Amino acid sequence: METKIRSRVILIVVVIVACILGVTGFPKNVQELKQNALGRIHLGLDLKGGTHMILRVHVEDAVNVTADQALERLKDESKTKNIPYAEIKKDDLADQQPPIHRIAIRGVPQEKTADLQALATEQFSDWQVSRYPGDATAWVLTLKTTAAATIRNQALVQAMETIRRRVDAYGVTEPTIAEYGGQGDYELVIELPGIEDTTRVKDLIQSTALLELKLVQDGPFPSREAALSAHGGVLPPDTELLPGPAGPTGETWYLVNRVAAVTGRDLSGADPSRGTDGRPIVNFTLTRDGAARFARVTGANVGKFLSIVLDSRVVEAATIKNQISDRGEIEGSFTPEQVQDLAMKLRSGALPASITYESEATVGPSLGLDSIRHGVLASIVGLVAIMSFMLIYYRGSGINANLALVLNLVILLAALAYFTATLTLPGIAGVILTVGMGVDSNVLIFERIREELRLGKAVGAAVAGGFEQAFRTIIDTHVTTVVSAMILFTFGTGPIKGFAVTLTIGLIANLFTSVFVSRVIFDYILSRREKGAALSI
Amino acid sequence: MEFFHEPKIDWMGKKWYFIALSLLLAAAGIVSMVVHRGLIYGIDFRGGTMIDVKFAKAPDMDGLRRELERQNLHGATMQRVGQVSEHRVIIGLDLQATASSAALDTGRRAIITALAGLYGGEPAGKVDFNNASAPTVADRLMVSDPLGLSSKGLEVAAKAYRDLAEALVGYRDSPPQSGLIADFQQLLAVKGATPGVLAALHNDFYLSNFAVKEGKIVGPKVGMDLRRQALYVTLAGLGAMLVYIWFRFELIYGVAAVVATFHDVIITLGFFSLLNKEITLTVIAALLTLVGYSMNDTIVVFDRIRENVRLNKRENFVDLVNRSINQTLSRTILTSGLTFLAVLSLFLFGGEVIHGFAFALVVGVIIGTYSSIFIASPIVVFFHQKGLQSGAGAKPRVLEREAVGARR
Repeated sequence: METKIRSRVILIVVVIVACILGVTGFPKNVQELKQNALGRIHLGLDLKGGTHMILRVHVEDAVNVTADQALERLKDESKTKNIPYAEIKKDDLADQQPPIHRIAIRGVPQEKTADLQALATEQFSDWQVSRYPGDATAWVLTLKTTAAATIRNQALVQAMETIRRRVDAYGVTEPTIAEYGGQGDYELVIELPGIEDTTRVKDLIQSTALLELKLVQDGPFPSREAALSAHGGVLPPDTELLPGPAGPTGETWYLVNRVAAVTGRDLSGADPSRGTDGRPIVNFTLTRDGAARFARVTGANVGKFLSIVLDSRVVEAATIKNQISDRGEIEGSFTPEQVQDLAMKLRSGALPASITYESEATVGPSLGLDSIRHGVLASIVGLVAIMSFMLIYYRGSGINANLALVLNLVILLAALAYFTATLTLPGIAGVILTVGMGVDSNVLIFERIREELRLGKAVGAAVAGGFEQAFRTIIDTHVTTVVSAMILFTFGTGPIKGFAVTLTIGLIANLFTSVFVSRVIFDYILSRREKGAALSI
Repeated sequence: MEFFHEPKIDWMGKKWYFIALSLLLAAAGIVSMVVHRGLIYGIDFRGGTMIDVKFAKAPDMDGLRRELERQNLHGATMQRVGQVSEHRVIIGLDLQATASSAALDTGRRAIITALAGLYGGEPAGKVDFNNASAPTVADRLMVSDPLGLSSKGLEVAAKAYRDLAEALVGYRDSPPQSGLIADFQQLLAVKGATPGVLAALHNDFYLSNFAVKEGKIVGPKVGMDLRRQALYVTLAGLGAMLVYIWFRFELIYGVAAVVATFHDVIITLGFFSLLNKEITLTVIAALLTLVGYSMNDTIVVFDRIRENVRLNKRENFVDLVNRSINQTLSRTILTSGLTFLAVLSLFLFGGEVIHGFAFALVVGVIIGTYSSIFIASPIVVFFHQKGLQSGAGAKPRVLEREAVGARR
């Protein structure tokens, strides 16, 4: 009997020590202790302050880009393979969910049918080729659903990575970027601890940051109409009109090449800097491949204008003074923050799809601190009230119950630290339910022991009987609650999940503390007790 | 110490009074919900824009309203919260049916502009220190370099200024400043904030006399999703509980427990509606807690009923249920009383943020305890009596299951 108790006591002590070290680590002084505890218990944004955003990635953008490229490729390949056609155009079924992307090709002669099919199967393996209904010479290429799904998922992952790089570069400590919502929602949740001025960071995340260097054909014009009329209402082939920076006389428009000389993909680096006149600029360097292309274009066009286009907007147009190869600078009317952010965006790469915000919640850190202070005060008052009452009502056994309760909370905190789970306000609700059920377990056990004593059983038998009887009830209440907490955890998000995590951990810890630890303490007391002495309960 | 010594109260004899009371409470709540056209949802569920602002001195509410009107924000709601000395106001903008996320963001910017306009607007090129985050402060310090660290290399300087910015912002946010400083000189208390640093801050920043404590922009879809999710997940949780109790006891016990829990949630929601309190995300957490608590309480009573059925095969079922409730009464009062103490402490000292949460629990603990005795148990009794009349007793099935349980 003695050795059995001893080994159980050792097990309990090991658990306690492991839990306490799990929270505190091995601190050398009080300050370090505080630091460790705060560092290991991850507080949610509602407690420590920060911004929580849900945004949607419009992944269809990425599919459209792929479809556009396929369309261009189909035109080129038809020419090289000598397949005549009357028209090739997109024929999307946009109202489908998800949209179906199609390319229609019309007016293909009967004898070229085999060639077209061979071309489609060889070079457009992601597309399904079939006859266009109601037209013998028309064919339709449909993007396979699996291929479209892959593109969408890749776009989401790529968007996540780009956003992560940008947020990291912004200097946010421990940001969370994760998928949110169901399959097919393409939503992301972003949590930025300590960030409260969201305007800047939102812009940083949201902008596509597609950099293109394009040759200017004509301009600037004061308006779109002026540009069009200067070319007789029709733009020259392979050019486009883009808005430029607002000048002293209002808006400006540039006619630029549709195809960029180099794009953001060709960058090897981008850094904020200051120009010769002290104005903030961004310096960029190009990859070897990009530099070669850039040298070719600039070398052939000395004296012409080159535009720097960011997200389809000309930020700057300057004369090419001489051949440029691997470096350049972007000059605009930027503030220091804008330069910093632009360099960051260029380094992180372009977003594959546009983004819109669906919700945003900012908790100022001072509010979080207030919440914690109030919450801690309320918890201490509540715990002290419960513990005093247990001592008064159950006397000696009250100590037992209180030990179990404190140990339960220690295990809960340690588990949160081990699993790096986040403690949120709803999580605290789970802790409160845990405390309530922990107290309930002890009350159930003690009341049962009292009942057994009333029936005239000996102390040892009464304790054993009380635990045995109460155990069945405790198992039923705990399993029921844990089962529903699991459901909340699996299907819930955010606040609901936070509640489920602490509740599940707390209840499992409670089974250990109020059933096992409490029993060992009783057994220990009983083993040291003088024969026939009463139990303090 | 002992409160109850083997009480002999005829609970089931009085059940109709309490069922009537429950129906009355539920009806009052439902009528209130109908009158209000549904529950009053917080911004999390309703969608819209909400900004909680702390002012340095008593806010000029009329001036604020005028300023909001000037920004074309008609129909913005303003509500003073917290202690008067905190000078806190919550400004809300409802979601128009057509509002896009861009429009929501515009609303927030307009509110901030209105706030800035109320106190003379912002100096050109300067950033409001009271509403700036550490990275912005660090960036500005990096550019002005008041400590002359650029010679030590970019990495060193960036790290030093980031730490300094975090310390400055941390000082601003800790009590008693609580997010607002009135003078840059206050920052001298921060380690590393030399007069040179303060001068640099003075150059790049200004001090507004408001701080945004909390801001929320919720689009229509997110609000709707959350509401739906909270409902479905809770129902799924209840369903899982029902299945488990069915497995451990029998179906009617599960049904009774779920009905009782549902009753608690309805009545608590009714109280929210009657008292014009908003249903927020934290209230949902409280309702989940209430579901767990009520279920726990009901199972304790049912467990005793199950045990007594096994021990006393011949006893009248109504007497048996009464006896079971009486036997567990001591623990019921104790546990509920203690849990009530804990949530009352939350309600009294927990502060603004968890007020709704604590309120739901204060109501919920009382209702949850009450429903185990007066809703869940009568349902089981009622079903049992029906079963005896029709000849197919419920009791033998419990015995069968118990026999299996005992062997394990």
